[in-house]
Amino acid sequence: MPEHHLSEEVLMAYAAGSLPEALSLVVASHATLCPSCRADVEAYEALGGSLIEDIDPAALPEATLSDIFARLDADEAGGASEPWGSTHTPARRDFENSSIPRPLRDYLDQDLAALAWRPVIRGVEEAEIKLAGAGVRTRLMRIKAGVAMPRHTHAGEEVTLVLEGGYSDAEGHFARGDVQIADPSVDHQPVADEGEACICLVVSDAPLKLTGPIGRLLNPFISY
Amino acid sequence: MAVRREAALFLGFTQGGPARVSAVPVRSNGKADPAYLAALLKSVGHDRDRAAFAELFQYFGPRVKAYLMRQGANEAQAEELVQESMIMVWRRAESFDVSKSGASTWIFTIARNKRIDALRREKRPEFDPEDPALVPAAADAADTMVEAGQQSARLSVAIKSLSKEQADLVRMAYFEDKAHGMIAEETTLPLGTVKSRLRLALGHLRKALVEEQ
Repeated sequence: MPEHHLSEEVLMAYAAGSLPEALSLVVASHATLCPSCRADVEAYEALGGSLIEDIDPAALPEATLSDIFARLDADEAGGASEPWGSTHTPARRDFENSSIPRPLRDYLDQDLAALAWRPVIRGVEEAEIKLAGAGVRTRLMRIKAGVAMPRHTHAGEEVTLVLEGGYSDAEGHFARGDVQIADPSVDHQPVADEGEACICLVVSDAPLKLTGPIGRLLNPFISY
Repeated sequence: MAVRREAALFLGFTQGGPARVSAVPVRSNGKADPAYLAALLKSVGHDRDRAAFAELFQYFGPRVKAYLMRQGANEAQAEELVQESMIMVWRRAESFDVSKSGASTWIFTIARNKRIDALRREKRPEFDPEDPALVPAAADAADTMVEAGQQSARLSVAIKSLSKEQADLVRMAYFEDKAHGMIAEETTLPLGTVKSRLRLALGHLRKALVEEQ
């Protein structure tokens, strides 16, 4: 079980649907590996259900229901396709037994080993993941067993989720499923565990600070 | 349920016409009986029951519209998204599992995802209970969530017991796609105060859902 989690506010924001896509990807992947955060997300979704019942209803045009039935009839007559909803569609990819959490797998064309890894520095490689959100960078990083990253601070803030292997820095040890949040004040030198390469999902907002939907207060990057 | 059968017959012959739909009975707390809603959704999933669907629509449609408008949709957008959400409810109803979530929770997640898709034009990464990579909960977990059917009632009570300020913050966090920094500006409270209030509120609500063992 992971030991380094996401905060309650971030889990709530994910359930409420107010995190940007890159951070939702981190939350969904972490929650795949962390039963307690998953249960929390489900609880916050139940809160959403309760709140939506309490909302003051807004009247709909009279014809809405018959319009819906007409659309359903048209679908059934024409062989229903499923144009909506990207979630929980059957996995297209052929690496179904992968240890990669499904939410992340859905963004990849192939298994981790086959990705277009690009060398960054000796012993460290990265592979970009394309998703929505200007100014946010999402990538996978692979650090060779036993390699120490150069000591660094961050231009912006950064969220890291460990997928394979592990690493240590001054804040502790991070293994599969653990999340670390680093802001520009964090000055660290992670060292990958011996024995196997460490693969992480990393979301960083450098050089831009995240604004908009996520906001300063909710911003998981900001430690205080 | 006899009434609903009658409505089913009626609706069966009036596609396109005005629908006479029996209304979901609402309790004194302003909410429907969760077991009743779950039964409706189950009828939709298992029996393709249009009368049950119509009842769900009458109850949730206007609430989903209000939700979408508070998230910044204009009226026409919100109405279109209500239709799409309800069509999704129809199509996915078979996958509804009352042991996992309440009907209102399930419909909330559909409306939420529709909003993210349509208003933000983003994908919604979600964990998949069938994912082989999923780490299951330990059988002896220290505390477990109360049953889905109980959550709604417990949450209603818990929300009512929050201070007005706390309840407003929680609602804003769910209904207004806005930064908490902006919430702070709007409520003219210092950021730290907003955050600590929200934390307290969340802790309080969470207690309503967890059964300590």
